[in-house]
Amino acid sequence: MAITPNPYKTTGLLGWIDDRFPLTKLWKDHLSEYYAPKNFNFWYFFGSLALLVLVNQLLTGIWLAMHYKPDAAQAWDSVEYIMRDVPWGNVLRYLHSTGASAFFIVVYLHMYRGILYGSHRKPRELIWIFGSLIFLVLMAEAFCGYVLPWGNMSYWGAQVIINLFGTVPFVGPDLVIWIQGDYIPSDATLNRLFSLHVVALPFVLVGLVVAHLIALHEVGSNNPDGVEIKKHKDPNTGIPLDGIPFHPYYTVKDIAGVGVFLIIFLGVVFFAPDGGGYLLEKPNFTPANPMSTPEHITPAWYFGAFYAMLRATPSFAGTQIWGVLVMFGAVALIFFLPWLDRSPVKSIRYKGPIFKIALALFTVSFVLLNYFGMQPPSALGTTISQIGTVVYFLFFLLMPFYTKIDKTKPVPERVTYEAH
Amino acid sequence: MKLTKAMLKISLHSLLAAATLAVAGQAFAAGGHALPYAFEPDTGNTASVRRGAANFMNYCSGCHSMRHLRYSRLGQDLGIPENLLKANLMFTSDKVGDHILSAMPAEAAKTWFGQQPPDLTLESRYRGPDWVYSYLMTFYVDPTRPLGTNNLVLPGASMPHVLWELQGLQVKSEAHAAEGEAAAAHGEAHGPQFELVAKGKLAPKEYEKFVADTVNFMTYAAEPGREHRISVGIKVVLFLILFSVLAYFMKREWWKDVH
Repeated sequence: MAITPNPYKTTGLLGWIDDRFPLTKLWKDHLSEYYAPKNFNFWYFFGSLALLVLVNQLLTGIWLAMHYKPDAAQAWDSVEYIMRDVPWGNVLRYLHSTGASAFFIVVYLHMYRGILYGSHRKPRELIWIFGSLIFLVLMAEAFCGYVLPWGNMSYWGAQVIINLFGTVPFVGPDLVIWIQGDYIPSDATLNRLFSLHVVALPFVLVGLVVAHLIALHEVGSNNPDGVEIKKHKDPNTGIPLDGIPFHPYYTVKDIAGVGVFLIIFLGVVFFAPDGGGYLLEKPNFTPANPMSTPEHITPAWYFGAFYAMLRATPSFAGTQIWGVLVMFGAVALIFFLPWLDRSPVKSIRYKGPIFKIALALFTVSFVLLNYFGMQPPSALGTTISQIGTVVYFLFFLLMPFYTKIDKTKPVPERVTYEAH
Repeated sequence: MKLTKAMLKISLHSLLAAATLAVAGQAFAAGGHALPYAFEPDTGNTASVRRGAANFMNYCSGCHSMRHLRYSRLGQDLGIPENLLKANLMFTSDKVGDHILSAMPAEAAKTWFGQQPPDLTLESRYRGPDWVYSYLMTFYVDPTRPLGTNNLVLPGASMPHVLWELQGLQVKSEAHAAEGEAAAAHGEAHGPQFELVAKGKLAPKEYEKFVADTVNFMTYAAEPGREHRISVGIKVVLFLILFSVLAYFMKREWWKDVH
């Protein structure tokens, strides 16, 4: 019964485990001997924060599901039951509802970091693809969760989003009935959205996060200078000269970031869980009512930009499908970013003025789109949304050209870092 | 120093985002429907919430339920002992664990008012405390309505002016209305636009207080855990500030050997 001893020469319980399972190997590969560039800045907090928020959503979600009833006749009451009769139930619910918004803020900033420093460029295309898939699944997950309280905004939000599929030529109306399991959003719809929200989508989400991290740790992290630290290794140890072990350096740094994040996040949870009507909408404090439409059906704020694009696209040739295509196209374009950027440099620090102007216009457009997506329709809002949509698309579609002709600055050999 | 800067940046960004959200939220709430009164509820004022509970049980609960609020929770949160609760606030049930349900049969209510009086547990969160306050302040005499009164913020309300004995009766006077609408056009909360034609049991100031107490209670009922979460939140945030400072110094210590 001989056994091949593990290469880490660990003994005792750990040794017993290491002989059978790569525990020490995993710890070293992903934490204590994962060498990350030492020049990470503020923008690099959002990756670990996204993981923190994911864990928050999973844990609070598990406990909410212990008390929630996925039944059109009981869902609304069960949420109020959680808010009143379940010990700490109100805090659990606010952690989860605020967590959804925090997830999007953190993920949007995390993605923006990628655009700033070219984190999607070769050899990190797959990290970006996995990340984009995470974003897509997150949107589906958030939509399903939004419907579960079965308030009136939940109901009409579900109605609007599911009916987007009704614009598909020929099969649209049947598709909507198939998705809903009924002619209108109903108990059948609520049940399947619950199933997707608590089983299927989280399962996929966690899997994608694991894939995202495996891909990242395979090629190594990018950094604000966009230079490859693996190009300059210590000849004796093989460790990148500008790399530091993730643990303890980035674990202690991220813990400080977590502290600051939690002050803000829990500040909202405890003092302003409604978020001025943006995190918990007023019309959702009345039960779903198929006979009474809320005055303005607005999506959750994090869908604002995409909803604005949907509304800004005029119908054409007797169909509304163009708006739906534009909206999904806007998400689909994100996947292609690694191949659209043709600049010889990765980081915005060494990119030229054209990219900087394009990014500024894109940023302003996205924020404006998000804002007008949450407002009731207006002529001004539609015009601005139309311009914003065009700018959004041009940012991506013209990228191969403007990044190529843009003047760039010379990239240093090593990362720029000032000890402090 | 970079991390302090970074932390400052994070907090600034987030504060800005939060502020934008809050301002936008207010603009949204006010957009289109300037309410005649603004009201900032104070659920921490237990005496007021308690008076409001009595008001609600005496004047509203005959028709309106609060089907998510239990008498026992009310007693516990407002410090009302069970015997007083039973004697003064419980008219339709003698079990303190019961929810506050109106005794009015749903079918009869439909015949009498055209619809069942809505459940009011979450009214203050659904419409907002401003709205509820304004609603209770702005019933006026309108002979064209079946029950003789109408309401400024909910035109065509099927509810009669239940509180007329307390407030008295007011009419929408042309002069006052024009003044009020002009103020509303400027986006201001417009003040009085009514003329009191029959005095009530309460002086106008007393009636305002009565309504304020009632809305404080309704805001409490919409979220009984509100005061508790705020008091816990203060402790949590204070702890996190301390934690973040320590975490920052720990980071600085570790990073001394990164050159």
